[in-house]
Formats: sequence, C-alpha cells, structure tokens
Amino acid sequence: MSQVMLRTTALAKSFTLHLQGGVRIPVLSAIGLDLHSGECIVLSGPSGVGKSTLMRSLYGNYRAESGHILIRHRGEMVDLATADPRTILAVRHETLGYVSQFLRVVPRVPAVDVVAEVPTGRGASQDEARRIATDLLLRLNIPRRLHGLPPATFSGGEQQRVNLARGFIGNHPVLLLDEPTASLDAENRAVVISMINEAKARGTAIIAICHDAEVRDAIADRLFALTPLQDAA
Amino acid sequence: MTDETLLSARKLSLSYGMLPALVDVDVDLWPGEMLAVVGESGSGKTTLLNVLSGRLAPDAGAVWYRDPDGHLHDVHAMPAPALRTLHRSDWGFVHQDPRQNLRMNVTAGGNVGERLMAQGARHYGSIREQAIDWLTQVEIDAGRIDDMPRTFSGGMLQRLQIARTLVTHPRLVFMDEPTGSLDVSVQARLLDLIRSLVTRLNIAVVLVTHDIGVARLLAHRIIVMQRGRVVETGLTDQVLDDPQHPYTQLLVSSVLHA
Ligand SMILES: Nc1ncnc2c1ncn2[C@@H]1O[C@H](COP(=O)(O)OP(=O)(O)OP(=O)(O)O)[C@@H](O)[C@H]1O
Ligand SMILES: Nc1ncnc2c1ncn2[C@@H]1O[C@H](COP(=O)(O)OP(=O)(O)OP(=O)(O)O)[C@@H](O)[C@H]1O
Ligand SMILES: [Mg+2]
Ligand SMILES: [Mg+2]
Repeated sequence: MSQVMLRTTALAKSFTLHLQGGVRIPVLSAIGLDLHSGECIVLSGPSGVGKSTLMRSLYGNYRAESGHILIRHRGEMVDLATADPRTILAVRHETLGYVSQFLRVVPRVPAVDVVAEVPTGRGASQDEARRIATDLLLRLNIPRRLHGLPPATFSGGEQQRVNLARGFIGNHPVLLLDEPTASLDAENRAVVISMINEAKARGTAIIAICHDAEVRDAIADRLFALTPLQDAA
Repeated sequence: MTDETLLSARKLSLSYGMLPALVDVDVDLWPGEMLAVVGESGSGKTTLLNVLSGRLAPDAGAVWYRDPDGHLHDVHAMPAPALRTLHRSDWGFVHQDPRQNLRMNVTAGGNVGERLMAQGARHYGSIREQAIDWLTQVEIDAGRIDDMPRTFSGGMLQRLQIARTLVTHPRLVFMDEPTGSLDVSVQARLLDLIRSLVTRLNIAVVLVTHDIGVARLLAHRIIVMQRGRVVETGLTDQVLDDPQHPYTQLLVSSVLHA
C-alpha cells in the first residue's frame, strides 16, 4: 500500500481585503485531501473557485487560515499550516516542489543556472548540476543556444519549459503543478505528460491543475472537485 | 538546520525626542540567512540596522551575537574595542553611499587590502593577490587596482565597497539600501552579484530596502516596519503574496510587479 504523502484536514482560507474596507472573501472551507505516493490528483472546478489558492496554500505561499496541511518530510508528518518559515523552506528544499504558472525570472541568471540552482543548492558540483540541467532543458526542446541566456527574453512557452525543468530537476517526493502545459504545443505537451508519468512511476505524489482534458486524462488518477463556497453552504 | 541564532534582538525601543523610531522590535537571524527589512521612508529601518550592529544604543532592549565558538555577546554591553574588532572581522557593513565606507584617497586595491591588514595580514604579495581576486569577483577589471575610487562610477564604487566588505569573509553583513543610489540596469547586476556571493559564502545578511522587488529576489524572510513597529514578519513570498496587515497590503499593492 502506498503511503500518504500529503493530507489536509479542515483546511480553510479566506482573504481580507483591508484596502477595500475590510471585505472578507471566503475561498476554501473544510478541505480534506489525501495524496499518496505515486498518485496524481487533478484539482477541478470553475474559474475562480480556488484551485490556485489551494495549491499555493499547500506550498506555504498563502497562509492557511485554519486546519492542517500535513506533509511527509524526512519520514515525519510536518504541519505546514503552523510551521515556522525556516521549516517551510526546508520542506520546499527537499520534499515539496512547485511549478508555478509563470516563471519568475531573476535578472542576468542564464536559463541553465536557473535550473541548476536546485542541485547546486543541495551540494552538487556546478559541472554536474549544469549537466543534468542541460539534459532536462534539451528534453524539453529548449535549444542549446538558449541555455546560456537569461530567460527574461524567452517566449511564454520557453519560459514555462524552463520553469518545468526547474520544478522537475529536484525529484521532490511531492510535486505541485499549476497549469504545466498551458502555453505548450502538442509536441511539448507530450514531453511533459511523459515526464509526469515517469515521476509517478518513481513514486512522486502529484497535485496538478490543468484545463486541458487530454493532458488531464493522461495524468490524473482521480479528480478533486472544488465547489464555490456559496453553493456548498 | 541549526536552531541557534546568529543574532537575536528583543524588545528594542528607541525614541528621538517624542518620536518613537523603534517600538518593541524583536529580530532573529540564523547563519546563512537573508532577512529583508522593508517599510516606507522614516519607518525606522536604518535605525534598526544601526541598533542591531551596535552603532547606536537603544533606550531599551538587547541584542545578542553568537560568535563562532558559540559564545553569546550582549552587543551593547561589549567594550568598544571588542565591538570594533567584531566590525573588522566577523561583521561587515554596506552603506547606501559607498563613500561612507571607502577611503577615497586610497587606491582600489588599497581599499580592499586595508581590511585584511586591519585583521593582521602583513604579506604584501598575498594581500595584493587577494585584492585582485576580489576585484575580479565583483567584476572590476584587475587593471584598475591602482586607480583611485574617485575615477569609478557609482556602480563600480558600490562593487568596490562590497569587495572591501567581503574580503575578510564576514559571517554577518548589514546592508542599508545597497542598490538605492544606482540606476535600474546597474541595480540588477549588483543584486545578482550580492545574491551569488552571499549564497556561495553562506553569509547572513540583514538587508534594509524600500524596494519590495529587491526583498523578493534576495531574502528568505522579511520584516515589515511601520512607524517603528514590526507589523508583519514571515516567509518572504508568503508576506508579499498573501499580506495580512493593512499596511503590508498597501505596500504590496503600490508596486507593479513585486
Ligand atoms: N492573493 C490574493 N488576494 C486576494 N484574493 C485572492 C488572492 N488570490 C486569490 N484570490 C481570490 O480567491 C479566489 C480564487 O482564486 P484562484 O486563483 O484560486 O482561482 P482558480 O480556481 O485558480 O481560478 P482559475 O481557474 O481562473 O485559475 C478568487 O476570488 C480570487 O480573486
Ligand atoms: N539622529 C536623529 N535625530 C532625530 N531623528 C532621527 C534621527 N535619525 C532618524 N530620525 C528619525 O527617526 C525616524 C526613523 O528614521 P530612519 O532613518 O530609521 O528611517 P528609514 O526607515 O531608514 O527611512 P529611509 O527609508 O528614508 O531611509 C524618522 O522619522 C527620522 O526622521
Ligand atoms: Mg488558477
Ligand atoms: Mg534609511
């Protein structure tokens, strides 16, 4: 039996907009989710329902309002809803990877080093890290001539593939993917689908958001449907 | 992950006359960590940096520094010579205006070598070698080693100040708006340089900046100050993407692409 890698219980999240007179927007309530190793759950629901909000909360990018986000880190369940910043960073470093919808570029850092940063941060030599990064970029059809350039001037699809390489290079046991194929052509979509399925076969637990039905069918073991809070109430 | 802080401050308060510049401020910094202090002009950022680094005594509260042997020092109770030694060896300070730190009538190489000599280095050849190495690391042509800083551009002066500061391998560096006086294209280059050097040398940094983008790029954690108080603190991306306090929401909403 594969083990639970991520479990949320009674997770709730709302936003209070102080600049708009303190209006409170409830987005998530009573989210209970179990994710096992080797499993891929795709979040579904209409636009604005809170899919990205849930994913960002799982990453610790948004602050959970109540409830628990338990993640298996170094063999123990750590609650990201209450963990201190340094613990969250350690979990992200070793256990929890995230591919955001858009690459946040760092000025002047070449694509290969944007990707290699993850292994070098874990102590790999620069040569070794660059070698793995190069292989991954090539697999994602980023031509060699672009590897030495900062991604700031890359096309949307190229930036997303650099982002994917950066997300996959760490082999994190738990991976969050927000629209991983949104701006990719069919050929690159196929590459990403096989990368996701290879990761699953290695035991990686994945939560993804993807609107593309073909990709969803190719990667999802099950869907987790979010419903607008007003309707649920 | 060590649980022992490098620097800790508790309940720091300081007023200029009737004006409270620091109110009950707590700070913790761990080895190798980058902590950004953000807030509007006059919120107390520079005052905090000066109190943390022992340059300015608080009205109340205390700052502790843990030395490499694990001993704790009450920074504001240290004898002045011991604090000076600390500033020359374990610590560094990068000012917004490099002229405050550099000796303008000493060559570029001399500026870098001087910190080494203050630490007891005596061998001329080795000092010059290290100066050349550091000029190269901050992307200043080694051929400029015997030039006077006044012949340098603003961005070069700032890089020279960083070379002078890092040559002694400090464990802790205080930075006050290190890119504040530079134009945007030069800023990006300097930020990238700071980022790579600090990561590679595992230096802990307290970075004061009013630029949220700079904080996002460099810092692990962030402290938001308003009128001398810490109104919010936490993981950098969490504070900037999901700000809780009204003042932080205002700060974040007023920048375009933070
Ligand atoms: N940082 C934030 N501050 C305030 N409100 C937010 C924030 N992030 C998300 N929201 C709000 O939360 C709700 C859910 O947004 P979210 O982005 O999670 O939706 P989604 O399901 O991912 O939609 P889509 O499919 O369009 O990407 C929206 O009303 C959105 O405005
Ligand atoms: N020596 C001083 N005497 C009197 N008031 C002072 C002194 N130094 C600072 N102040 C005041 O204390 C407050 C905090 O100043 P500080 O320099 O710490 O602000 P800051 O956050 O660094 O601002 P900036 O972003 O403009 O550099 C300000 O109102 C300032 O006018
Ligand atoms: Mg979304
Ligand atoms: Mg200041």
